[in-house]
Amino acid sequence: MNESVSRRRFLSRGVTGLSAVWASAHWPALLAAATHAHQAAKSAAPPKFEFFTPEEAKEIDAITSRIIPTDDTPGAHEAGVVYFIDRGLTTFGVDDQKTYREGLPELQARVTEVFQGKSKFSELTPEQQDEVLHSFDEESPKGRQRRFRTSPGAQNFFETLRQHTIAGFLIDPDYGGNHDAAGWKVIGREREHMFQPPFGYYDKGYPGWEVAAKADMKEAEKK
Amino acid sequence: MNVDQPKYKTSDEVDFVIIGSGAAGGVLAKELSTNGFRVVVLEQGPYLTEADFTHNEIEVLAMDKLTNHPKLQPTTVRKTPDEKAKPQRALVYGRCVGGTSVHFTANFWRFHEIDFVERSKVGTIPGSTLTDWPITYADLEPYYTKVEWEIGVSGLAGASPFDPPRSKPYPMPPLAVKSSGVLFERAARKLGWHPFPAPMAILSQPRPGRSACVQCGYCLGFGCEVGAKSSSLAAAIPVAERTGRCEIRPNSYVYKIELDANGRATGALYFDEKRNTHLQKAKAVVVCANGAETPRLLLLSANKQFPDGLANSSGLVGKNLMFNSGGTVTGVYEHPLNDYKGYCVSRVLHDFYELDHEKVGFYGGGGLDARYDFTPITFAFGGVPPETPRWGKDFKAALAHNFTRTMEIFCHGTSLPVENNSFSLDPDLKDAWGLPALRLTYKDHPDDLKLSSWLFERAHAIHEAAAAVKKWSFPPQEQQFGVHLLGTCRMGQDAKTSVINADHRTHDVKNLFLCDGSSLVTSGRGQPTMTIMALAFRAADRIIALAKRGEISA
Repeated sequence: MNESVSRRRFLSRGVTGLSAVWASAHWPALLAAATHAHQAAKSAAPPKFEFFTPEEAKEIDAITSRIIPTDDTPGAHEAGVVYFIDRGLTTFGVDDQKTYREGLPELQARVTEVFQGKSKFSELTPEQQDEVLHSFDEESPKGRQRRFRTSPGAQNFFETLRQHTIAGFLIDPDYGGNHDAAGWKVIGREREHMFQPPFGYYDKGYPGWEVAAKADMKEAEKK
Repeated sequence: MNVDQPKYKTSDEVDFVIIGSGAAGGVLAKELSTNGFRVVVLEQGPYLTEADFTHNEIEVLAMDKLTNHPKLQPTTVRKTPDEKAKPQRALVYGRCVGGTSVHFTANFWRFHEIDFVERSKVGTIPGSTLTDWPITYADLEPYYTKVEWEIGVSGLAGASPFDPPRSKPYPMPPLAVKSSGVLFERAARKLGWHPFPAPMAILSQPRPGRSACVQCGYCLGFGCEVGAKSSSLAAAIPVAERTGRCEIRPNSYVYKIELDANGRATGALYFDEKRNTHLQKAKAVVVCANGAETPRLLLLSANKQFPDGLANSSGLVGKNLMFNSGGTVTGVYEHPLNDYKGYCVSRVLHDFYELDHEKVGFYGGGGLDARYDFTPITFAFGGVPPETPRWGKDFKAALAHNFTRTMEIFCHGTSLPVENNSFSLDPDLKDAWGLPALRLTYKDHPDDLKLSSWLFERAHAIHEAAAAVKKWSFPPQEQQFGVHLLGTCRMGQDAKTSVINADHRTHDVKNLFLCDGSSLVTSGRGQPTMTIMALAFRAADRIIALAKRGEISA
């Protein structure tokens, strides 16, 4: 593992107790805005972009589709992540609009810089798209090896978009993203919010505390 | 929220004003009002109820719906007193009626005998101000039992050979075991250790007005929508409200305790929701604002008589802060555990609660538990193996494979008290009300880090014995962020070396009492809320006795 990556991870995870929830997530302030998409998400009207132009939406959708790609299971595209982000930015995320407004043109400029004759991210092959994104990702070892100028703005844009994509893919579908619970299907989380034991493979057939304790002790005695 | 609760005028001198409605404040409100006293509880946060609680990770975790907000209440952080502190988030605590007991995991161990007398047992520890409590485990035992029965704790008495003596069994059986608990239990026994069903402040059986746990999986960080989590909000405040003598006044941010010329507290000055200021008069003041805000309030209340802060003749207000040491060792297993379902912790291990410091080479001890405290989003940010790419095909594959197959072993340990570790007032930074912000100074005692590493090795051994496919941890590091806020107004007999006496009365102001994490003399081995609630029950008994003898208002 690249040393600086391990350091970053280490900082984000080497905390205890409750703090793990807040510190491990590194919630960006801008992410908070997206929650206000909640109401918008509940409306029955067909999705319509309010912040992005259709062209921009196509680019954002293409980027989110590399962050969580579609393979034999749904990805960010099927989960409607671009709609989640759009709604977040048009409700309370006014402060975050700048990151997108400035970041997206920078990304397109990078596309032209790397792949002459191309002007749009969405026109590239998936491999080319990944190459562009690695150059933006300050934590990516591949990004580090490239000689492109680093731009904090673009990096911030990519990191913001990465986190928004994850949130839009995995949030409870009731709160404005994760369309049709696509993200939860991928990770194996059932849609319900009430469960009964047995919960998983290992607690199936658990005989109860006293019986389990006795059985384990007998086994230990045999040895 | 009970609409029949009284509305006291601020000019009406009530018997007690309690500042903070969390684990301690809620219990004190219940005890004092049920014993006939007129009580006003000032809570800085809103009055949220079960209907307000959701599973919205962004709203609850990222927007701090239940907790102190870093923008409104910024903090600064440094390691030692000679550094200038930098703006950085230092702590999280509950900022709503019920306080941190609303969103905590609800692990509910009692402290053991050793926690109260460790200094006498181990002697002086270089670099630490470790000292004995003025009370013992035996003094607190009846109150632990009271918490279990009145607030609601599930567990199995006698299951751990290391448990301290108890006068009564638990009022209800432990919750159903999870896959993480079964793996942990079997592996630990293989290693010759003694795992036991976790005592939890979560109902395994319904109680009047409260449901048993429905296993939704959103304990840590979230409020319980069915009242199964034994928070002050669910278990204590409704009882206080039903007396008709207790008013819970939310959105009331106390900034000063007022004193008269004789050095007696006369009430609490606070901002209401619209930032108008009021003085709630009271015969006595009980501060239960947590281990950060209680010392801050005393320091903010400095006056001519107490230029270094109210009740601070010892100079120890805010000092000897302890966060508890520890961390997690994560493991991935062959089959799905589905540990996202249900409450966090089902099995605990106390074999290492008391360690022989000459053998291990450091002071302290700890406990281990099997848990899963992720939501889908927090798992994606912090639950996948460290070498996983941060995005793309392999990232998605790791999420898909690991979300249901992961469990953590959490190591909880002592923090040795160090006088420099503290909460104080930042000289420059202000909060949104214009009050000096909290400044954290913290550098773990070296033994705390050694202890964490030692416990991590045992946690790795359990994963190994449980046949984990993969496991990892990060080296323990010095903490700059805390949620257990302990020791900052410590209890003691000597007014020179402590802030409150064993009755929770400040040595300096006769009708001023403090009770919360700040009262603790040692950190225990994590899980302080049970002890904070037990102390609150005991403090109430002491305060009621003093009041009945006329020793408070006299």
